Amino acid sequence: MTAGCSRGPETPGVCEIAAQSGAVANGDSILLGSIGDASNLIPMRAGDSASHEVAGRIFDGMLAYDRDLGGLEPRLAERWEVSEDGREITFYLRKDVRWQDGEPFTARDVEFGFKTITDPATLTAYAEDYLQVSRFEVIDDHTFRVSYDKPYAPALATWGSMVVLPRHLLEGQNINEATEFARNPVGLGAYKFESWGTKRQITVLANDDYYRGRPHIDRVVTRILPDQQTQFLELKSGGLDMMGLTPLQFTRQTEAADFTRNIRKFNYLGNGYTYLGYNLLREPFTDVRVRRALSHAIDKNEIVSAVLLGRGQPAVSPYKPGTRWFNDRVNDPQYDPEKARALLAEAGWTDSDGDGILDKDGKPFRFEIITNNGNEQRAKTATIIQRRLREIGIAVEVRTIEWAAFINDFVDKKNFDAVVLGWSLDPDPDQYIIWHSSKTEPKQFNFISFDYAEVDALLEAGRRTFDADERKKAYDRFQEILVEEQPYTFLYYPESLPALHCRFRGIEPAAAGIAYNFKDWYVPQSLQKYAMTASP
Amino acid sequence: MKTLRTAFHNRLTVAGGVVVAILIVVAVAAPMLAPYDYAELDAARVLEAPSPAHILGTDGLGRDVLSRMIYGARVSLLVGFVSAGLASVIGVALGAVAGYFGGRVDTLIMRLVDVMLCFPTFFLILAVIAYLDSSIWNIMVVIGVTSWMGVCRLVRAEFLALKKRDFMVAAEGLGVRPLWIILRHGLPNAMAPVFVAFILGVAGAILTESSLSFLGIGVQPPDPSWGNMLTEGKATIEVAWWLSVFPGCAILLTVLGYNLLGEGLRDVLDPRLRNR
Amino acid sequence: MTSYLVRRVFGLIPLLIGITFVSFFVIQLAPGSPVDVATDLNPKASAEVRERLQKTFGLDQPLHVQYGQWLGRISRGDFGRSFAPHNRQVAEMIREALPITLLLNVMSLCLIMGIGIPIGVLSATRQYSVPDRITTVFVFIGFAMPGFWFALLCMLLFGVELGWLPISGLQSLDYDMLTLPQKILDRARHLILPVGIAGLTGLAGISRYMRSSMLEVVRQDYVTTARAKGLDERTVIYNHALRNALLPVITILGLSLPALIGGSVIFETIFAIPGMGRLFYDAVLSRDYPLVMGVLVISAVLTLLGNLLADVSYALADPRLRRR
Repeated sequence: MTAGCSRGPETPGVCEIAAQSGAVANGDSILLGSIGDASNLIPMRAGDSASHEVAGRIFDGMLAYDRDLGGLEPRLAERWEVSEDGREITFYLRKDVRWQDGEPFTARDVEFGFKTITDPATLTAYAEDYLQVSRFEVIDDHTFRVSYDKPYAPALATWGSMVVLPRHLLEGQNINEATEFARNPVGLGAYKFESWGTKRQITVLANDDYYRGRPHIDRVVTRILPDQQTQFLELKSGGLDMMGLTPLQFTRQTEAADFTRNIRKFNYLGNGYTYLGYNLLREPFTDVRVRRALSHAIDKNEIVSAVLLGRGQPAVSPYKPGTRWFNDRVNDPQYDPEKARALLAEAGWTDSDGDGILDKDGKPFRFEIITNNGNEQRAKTATIIQRRLREIGIAVEVRTIEWAAFINDFVDKKNFDAVVLGWSLDPDPDQYIIWHSSKTEPKQFNFISFDYAEVDALLEAGRRTFDADERKKAYDRFQEILVEEQPYTFLYYPESLPALHCRFRGIEPAAAGIAYNFKDWYVPQSLQKYAMTASP
Repeated sequence: MKTLRTAFHNRLTVAGGVVVAILIVVAVAAPMLAPYDYAELDAARVLEAPSPAHILGTDGLGRDVLSRMIYGARVSLLVGFVSAGLASVIGVALGAVAGYFGGRVDTLIMRLVDVMLCFPTFFLILAVIAYLDSSIWNIMVVIGVTSWMGVCRLVRAEFLALKKRDFMVAAEGLGVRPLWIILRHGLPNAMAPVFVAFILGVAGAILTESSLSFLGIGVQPPDPSWGNMLTEGKATIEVAWWLSVFPGCAILLTVLGYNLLGEGLRDVLDPRLRNR
Repeated sequence: MTSYLVRRVFGLIPLLIGITFVSFFVIQLAPGSPVDVATDLNPKASAEVRERLQKTFGLDQPLHVQYGQWLGRISRGDFGRSFAPHNRQVAEMIREALPITLLLNVMSLCLIMGIGIPIGVLSATRQYSVPDRITTVFVFIGFAMPGFWFALLCMLLFGVELGWLPISGLQSLDYDMLTLPQKILDRARHLILPVGIAGLTGLAGISRYMRSSMLEVVRQDYVTTARAKGLDERTVIYNHALRNALLPVITILGLSLPALIGGSVIFETIFAIPGMGRLFYDAVLSRDYPLVMGVLVISAVLTLLGNLLADVSYALADPRLRRR
């Protein structure tokens, strides 16, 4: 059946009507947009966000972060116990969960998932967390225990959906070539797979038997629209119900009445930050005074207002403001070109030959900022930095490079002066792999070669205890050191800017964003746009 | 002289020529014409509509669009000229060799041309440029290396025709070295169609660069090319029309100008098409 | 005729080898490797994972060995499996995308011929007249307009402002539940913008070629003879000249195929159409070597076949060639 979409301007906007009508009802569809097609719906086999988003509706984990991202709440496991010494975790599974083909879900399925992900033959990028597990024991059908050699605080959160696979369907198959299952998976989540038109759309339908209760929205269609501008036009004309807006769309293109009568906007701090990272093996970035000078010379507020049009915050450290782990008592170097000049002079950089470029021992202060191509925000950020540094006498070149070459030829080989890049933030505060001095090998993530004994000790301590207060102490000190040392100039935390059609109700923005309670969203009967014929 | 006069008879050709000439002047005199530094940004004056201060408005970083357009002319024309020039050089060289020597060399070169012509050129460009540093030079080289086949065929055909002509046979009979014959007699005769192909190639390269920019792998900001300006303008098409309309029209006019000029010249230079 | 065909087909063999050679080596020019993309900057991907991937993809072999193995496989019609995590057969992925691109391109070609040939004839029969100039400018504007800009303007006008046409995609959400006539209508509405724009962009080539071809034919002896016989100008143009002028246009049709397929990257991206252009570009970005090589080979071979078809029809149509 087709949707009746009335266009008359005389009728009040959906937003107005929806605000009044409240009764929870099942039904309707939601149309989401994705820039790229999914690649594989087996979570451990996929590397792209499109796949994980769709697979996330079909599969579930032992536990999940709560709406405040402060703690973990039960999913497939109804409870869990961490042993005294922090080396053993026992999960007690729910007994009422069934796979979407009717088979019961048991601890054997998790064991199968665990064995698969730790099998060296499995092509997965996610094995690392599970390779830390020294023993996996199935105690009974609904209980299993995992042991670690050393306490590993981030361990709990790793027991998400990555290791939940239906053993009865996949045992004996090569997971790398399980093309059939990867494109037509059977899960146990809120939605079940319906169809996948390559590079067109992926459809999932409500799972009537979902153990946490059937979701209200009948159907979720993810449309693949590679061009961001096309997505926005589709949103405006009703071809999409939800998308992440760009700062420009959010601030300048969504004011008109024909937009606001149908679509609601949200904004909250996203889970990530953008930074300028210095190669600490290269002169002159080895000198902390130079790094601090650069941070003083960069106006973070200007970047936020020009690149994000104000939809973000200047960044201070690799933790998100407003969360438990963020240290709000650190003194971030403020924008102060005079101070920057003074620090540089102290470090020996002056314009002795009067050419407008600082120099030291006859060498001018020139360096290159590289970033990956195709990310307009990063390119713009680098351009602004280039301009501001020029004003204090530093000549900067900006270069954008294709992603794989960028990683392979520049970042991995440590063949760069400075990079503009971003990290996404995990709710867990562990940042061992980014800052520990043992992670500076090629292909590892401490590619700026940050090496600071106290930080190493703090990161290790933070991993080895489950005590939140002790962890907090370690990570607070860690942030103080980062702010002092400025191995990165932390630039900004961008906001997430989702826009959503007004007919959807039940949205409760929280630290986790808006999508965490998707299963509770609904459309009041009178506003439902897509009627579904009974599915066979 | 007669051809020149015929050319002037066709007003479209003249119009094309005028557009091309103006653009070349703008590109060469960019530093004198641009009212502002094309890289000067101002976070407080982002996306301002055209005004007396900024005749064509400002862009997403508060930079002056007119100044960027003027410098963009430089970048875009450079891309066009160097790509088409490189294509012509390769085409002429291989075409001349194939046409003059004939035999196996000819077969080999012509098979290569056939093979290259089978591929969608844009695919080949993508496959290479996506991985390279998207510097202007790489883009020019890749476009040039993938678009010489037409010229090669033209030159070869011209040479084959020439070879049968009396003066070539005579020259060879007198023991003049082959290379000398190619350079002295063959090339000038083949130059007219090559020139037309060059002119059309410039237009094609400018368009190709704009397509690459759309995919995010054209000339990279902060260097302004019309292609990357248009791509940036695409995102703001509904709030800042000036960011897409000016670069879009610049590309349109330029490509149109080159094509009209090229086609007009072809009409004039090709005796088979000339009006009585 | 048979011997002509046989010779023509045998002539394809070196071309096919050349095509595979270019397809294989063009991607080897690239720095980096597919493993980098497969693991991205994923904090959880370790060095062993990378090595494992390297081995599975066969990337630890020397190049000429990889080429040899690949050539052996494609000669049996096996294009291998994609490097992407879904690990699907390359042939299957191409089979999904190809009909879409062919449909779009065939329709664009029809549009191009339907409009371009009359324009070319008009321009030629009335060289330098006002209609010649107007159509010349018109077809060149179509050519000179950056495709994605043109597409976006049309989407804004017809999709958002007027609301007449769907903005992107190939079919509506509930396509499967429509009746047949509704389906056809739905498809047509989705195709108008992409086909129309691709058509306008490609008009210049054919119409200009038709114009030259016509101009050339009009000056030939038999046309002059026909004129001398006192046949009226319409008969001369449409019966004698046009038929002969159309012949070379057949060959250029085959040659214009690669340009259309190449241009499809842009249109398929902006209109969200899952065809060959999109398939290729996504494969390039994710360094899916087997898929990149597969698409290159298939599109080149298609062009080759297109050219063969054009040449054969040319031979059939042209009595001078037929006798050889």
